[in-house]
Order: sequence, then structure tokens, then C-alpha cells
Amino acid sequence: MRSLSVIWTLFEKDLRLEWRQRETLAAVCVFGVLVVFLFNFAFQPGGEESLRLLPGLLWIAFAFAGILGFNRSFAAERENGCLEGLRLTPVDPGLIYLAKALSNFVFLAVAEVVIVFAVSLWYNFSFLPSLKWFACVVFFGTLGYVAVGVTFAGVAANTRMREVMLPVLQFPVIIPIFIGAIEATSSALRGDSPAQFLSWVKLLIGFSIIFLVLSFLLFEYVLEE
Amino acid sequence: MKQNNSMTAHAVLTAAWIVVALYLGFVYAPNEAAQGNAYRIMYVHVPSAWSALVAYTVIFIGSVGYIWKRSQRYDDLANAAGEVGFVFCCCLLITGPLWAKPIWGVWWVWDPRTTLTFILWLLFVAYVLLRGFFVNPSRAALLAAVVGIIGFVDVPIDYMAIRWWRTQHPQPVIMGGPDSGLPPKMLLAFLVSAGAFLCLFFYLLRLRMSMLATRREASRLRREFEDEAQDRPAAQRL
Repeated sequence: MRSLSVIWTLFEKDLRLEWRQRETLAAVCVFGVLVVFLFNFAFQPGGEESLRLLPGLLWIAFAFAGILGFNRSFAAERENGCLEGLRLTPVDPGLIYLAKALSNFVFLAVAEVVIVFAVSLWYNFSFLPSLKWFACVVFFGTLGYVAVGVTFAGVAANTRMREVMLPVLQFPVIIPIFIGAIEATSSALRGDSPAQFLSWVKLLIGFSIIFLVLSFLLFEYVLEE
Repeated sequence: MKQNNSMTAHAVLTAAWIVVALYLGFVYAPNEAAQGNAYRIMYVHVPSAWSALVAYTVIFIGSVGYIWKRSQRYDDLANAAGEVGFVFCCCLLITGPLWAKPIWGVWWVWDPRTTLTFILWLLFVAYVLLRGFFVNPSRAALLAAVVGIIGFVDVPIDYMAIRWWRTQHPQPVIMGGPDSGLPPKMLLAFLVSAGAFLCLFFYLLRLRMSMLATRREASRLRREFEDEAQDRPAAQRL
């Protein structure tokens, strides 16, 4: 019970910080939409073709937006020794990780809604018929992505050139998420029966669980002085 | 001194073993029926892959060991394995396309194994880069250990995902691996080459580890010397 209240307090702190600055969310959303915007000039997708390209486009936009958000969330902690403050709180470091993952998940989810809206508008594509399964795939894909990303952002915060270091660490590791999410998304958007892409969703869930547990255990060493 | 002797012995053994492996690979082993001489790159390519995988496992052992025991030697082990493994993985990625071009007709195919090799290479790059970019060296060991463990756990999942992915999009069938029954002469040449590569790998690993220890010792002495110089009264310094 106390764990939950610790997570909630830390999560609320991130939300309040974001509410007062409104920097991360704005940056992440605008960046994600810009990726979608540029994609239009790169491939000029239209009609049938757009259905083939959309899953990849969506996940590339999500991935880049996510990286930006993870970096921001630790950049804020570095100012005024906030990270030292967090380190000194008498709570399990794993809970700090879970709270960070939760707030990053929420920010990325908001950005994803904006991105999906932009895609739907610009490519004249309706997500409504397959919304339920699409949301399910995006949920677990994002969960796995955030699970790894927050830990690596914590590591990268201790390096020079951390903006470069995070994607270098993150992208090779999240290949299973990337493959699984794109395959499942295209299957869901095509309107296939869930049985056809459920194994991919299971992969996403498995990946998320493994890396949430692993990061929960290892985050202690990321924070340790 | 003892350490030096054993290193020299290891170096001589490695050099001799490599010479034998070269002889067996280029002279003793017969031409392959379909590929002619081109297949001989196998004696470099496959052992490189083995060494890279061993290096990857050593990083994991070093990372877990460091978190558990907090001994600097484990960190050196992981650090050295990262650097040496990166070299072998580069060798693997260079010899791969050289072999693929004459046999498959293309430099690169995104089949499960090549894709995984490329991911492994990226993980090595990330690990070595990370080592170079830490702001605070005293925290480097722990943070690198965290990345080493996550990367190691990730590889089997990567492999599984890629396998599923590629079975959904059928690829042209590629010849069964070299281990699908080698004739005795080739097998001997291959095993000796693999041994030579592993011997070289462990030699480089030891060399790198002792260099890391020496470097740390040198910087400790320099610090000590500087502290002493500061403590001495100004008159004495003159």
C-alpha cells in the first residue's frame, strides 16, 4: 500500500512539474507531428499504399517522440541536484523507477494521441473501425518501449552527449518491440481477426514484463552514488 | 614477473596456433565442391562469430560479477570483453558480406542470423561508446554493468522476434550452415581455427585487462604524487 502511495507521490510530482513548465509535452507532441509531416514529403503515400506505410510511420514517430521525452525527464532532474534529492529519499529505488516509467508512459501516450490524430487527418485514414485492438497494441508496445527507455535515460544522464547516447543504447534493444508492434499494428489496422496478431501482442507483453522487472531490480544501481 | 611470463607464453601459443590454423585452412583442407576456394573464409568468419558470442557472455558475467562482488577486476573483465568483442564482431561483419557476394550474389541479406549479428554489433558499439562517454568515472562500472545485463537479456528475445518476423515473410532458402556435416579434413581445419581465434580472444582480453589495471595504477600514483607535492612546505619545494 505504501509502495503505491510512494509511486503516486512521485508521479504527481512529475505531473505538477510538467503542468507548470509545459515544456516536455509540447516538445514531444510537436516533434512527433513533425516526423509525420516530413514523412509525407518523403513517401507521398496515398490510398491503399498509406495502409502499408502507416504502421511504420506511426512507430517511428512514437519512437523519436519517446526518446525526446525520456531525455527531457532526466534533464529536469539534473537541475538543482534534484536527482540527489530523489536518491536520498528513503524509498526503494525500484519505486522511483516505476513512478518515472508511469509519468513517461502518460506523456508518451498523450503525444501518441496527438500523432494518431494528425495521421488520421493528413492521410484521410480512420482508426475508428479497429480502435480497440489498435489501442491495445499501442498500449503494450509503449509499455515495453518506456520500460527500457527510462532505465537507459537514467544511464545516459551520466554521460556526455546524452542526447546521442540514449538512442544508441535504446534502439538496438527495442528491436523486438519495434517488429512486434509494427506487425501487430498493420494486422489490426487491416481488420484481421485478433487471433492473427495475438502472438505479437503476447511478445510485447512478455518483453514489457521482463524489462519492467529487470529495470525495477537494476534501477538501484543506476541511482547509486 | 610471473604474470609477464604467462602472458608471453600465451602470446607465443596464440601465434603458433594461428600459423597452424592458417596452414590447415589454406593448404590442408580440400576445396569445397560447390564453392571452390571461396568457402575458406569460413575458417575466419565462423570463429569470429564464436569469439563475439563468447565476448558477449563475458560482458554479462563481468557485469553480474561487479554488481555482486563490487570488485574492480570484474569491471575490467566486462570492459575488456566489450572492446575485444567489438573487434571480433567487426571482423564477422566484414567477412560476412565478402563471403556472401560470390556465393549468394548479394552483399547483404536480412535473414535472421545476419540481422541478429548486426544488432549484436550495434550493442557492442553502444557499450564501447558508453564506456567512453561517462562524466564521472567512479559511477561508470555500475552503469555499464546495468547496460551489459539488459543487453544480454535482450539478445535471445531479439532472436525470437526476428525468427517469427522472417517466417511470416518467406526469404529465399539459404544453404544450411557449415555445421551440416563437414568432411573430416575440413572439420579439423575448422576446429583448429576456432581454437586459434578463441586463444587470440582470451589473449587480447588479458592484455586489455592488464592495461586497464596499469592505467588505473598510474593515475593513482600520479594523484598521490601531486597530493604529496602540495602538502610539502613551499621552502622545501625549492
